[in-house]
Amino acid sequence: MPEGASAAAAVLLAGLASLRDTPVTGSARTPYCMMGVCFDCLAEIDGVPNRQSCMVTARPGMRVRRQRGAREIDPHDLPGELPSFPIPAARSGGA
Amino acid sequence: MKIDFAIVGAGPAGLAAAALAAELGLDTLLIDEQEGPGGQIYRAIERADAAGSSSFGADYLAGQPLVAAFRASGARYRPATTVWHIDPDGTLSLASNGASDTIHARRILLATGAIERPVPIPGWTLPGVMTVGAAQILVKTADLVPEGRVVLAGQGPLLYLAALQLARAGTPSASLLEMTPRENYHAALHHLGGLWAGRHAVAKGLGWLVALRQAGIAVRRGVRGLRALGRERVERVVWEGGEIAADHLFLHEGVTPNTQISFALQLEHRWDETQLSWRPDTDAWGRTSVPNIAIAGDGAGVGGAEAAALAGRLAALDAAAVLGRISEAERDRQGQPILAALTRERTIRPFLDALYRPAPAVLAPADDGVIACRCEEVTVGQIRRAVRLGAPGPNQLKAFTRCGMGPCQGRICGPIVGAVIAEARGVPIRDIGTYRPRAPYKPITVGALAGMGAAE
Repeated sequence: MPEGASAAAAVLLAGLASLRDTPVTGSARTPYCMMGVCFDCLAEIDGVPNRQSCMVTARPGMRVRRQRGAREIDPHDLPGELPSFPIPAARSGGA
Repeated sequence: MKIDFAIVGAGPAGLAAAALAAELGLDTLLIDEQEGPGGQIYRAIERADAAGSSSFGADYLAGQPLVAAFRASGARYRPATTVWHIDPDGTLSLASNGASDTIHARRILLATGAIERPVPIPGWTLPGVMTVGAAQILVKTADLVPEGRVVLAGQGPLLYLAALQLARAGTPSASLLEMTPRENYHAALHHLGGLWAGRHAVAKGLGWLVALRQAGIAVRRGVRGLRALGRERVERVVWEGGEIAADHLFLHEGVTPNTQISFALQLEHRWDETQLSWRPDTDAWGRTSVPNIAIAGDGAGVGGAEAAALAGRLAALDAAAVLGRISEAERDRQGQPILAALTRERTIRPFLDALYRPAPAVLAPADDGVIACRCEEVTVGQIRRAVRLGAPGPNQLKAFTRCGMGPCQGRICGPIVGAVIAEARGVPIRDIGTYRPRAPYKPITVGALAGMGAAE
């Protein structure tokens, strides 16, 4: 793997069957455009989800994890209780 | 930070503009998403040595003097940096290394180039199906040559060039399925004047065809109804009257201007019926409908790498004139030969645009099951249904289907959506309009946003 190659290229070189599963139907995807346009290469890189792996340079020791569906939010990362937002009742007759 | 001239994109237009602007005395900053200069066409060019890059040929190595001139120019450079917002007052919001900051530029040049036109066929989301540009990038940046049975499909100069590059890089055997509609040949004949003026480009193209045959690449013409089939990944490529086993399918139907930022800035655009794409309105110097923002290169209409570098120089001259470094007369004097070269460079375009005009079925697939929006997995049939339910355009379609609301922000499905709605409503694409993209142009984390205030 030459210096400067992307994390997405490293994953393809490793022969992984897919880089992510789509949030809607869970189908497997690998990178499509390799130039930062399609976002089909989204992966978790060094613990940070939703990164465009084709735009991230591969480095020794980097951890690229397959992303399943949308990114997860760990409730332990959130400060205290989740705030709740009351939704105002719909008014009739308005535009 | 305050500077004279901010340039977004380090492809041929941005590199040429930055080098000349710095030479003319402008405090110039070139911002680019990649870690090295070159854009897509000259990707990883600083890694290439003249001997080791023979598979890419002289056209690729033409990027080396451009990069060398930029490196020697004194222009500043922010690689690995994403521009996620531009305010018309000249403020650019940047993100790099998980942090965000802003700079202010007296003048801004968008040199964001082109993106590959989507090729929506059944099965185009299967692993193993990529764009031809992606295949080139893998070879250029990672020495990664596809193994197994390689199929390239679509049309355009880049398709032939890529097939040749892959063969030279070591792909054992490849098939090329040419999807050029037969009527295109007749239409292109009307541009023989351009063909004569652009005979060098045509000779180059004919040279590729000969080289393809010598490289053992089987070329099949007039392919229609292309489909990619497979369970876990692409296994077969099928078309009307034929099929072939495939481990990789690389698609290409030409490139279109990358208008994500220019539309977000609400610059004036118009539909280009010859290139079948939207392009921002620009004058000879790249000036747009917003006084302090210019556009150079393929982002203002596809003309190729050499035309892009020339347009970049014109925009740099104009910036120097607007910012008082040179007189308008001096701008015109230096610009005249560049403009003449640009006109020569563009003579081949009408011929190429007519010859490689995508078939209507490529723009708006007939098969309702084809995925249009790869992010939200919205099919062409769902778009047609939404139109029947009353969605008049791309932005209303979002509310009906979530089409265009995924992470790519409509970059891929935009052209498909415009063509499918136009077809369903029986009106020209130009009357349908486009998505209205918004900042952030690329997703950024809340953490990067939250850190902005602290850093300033």
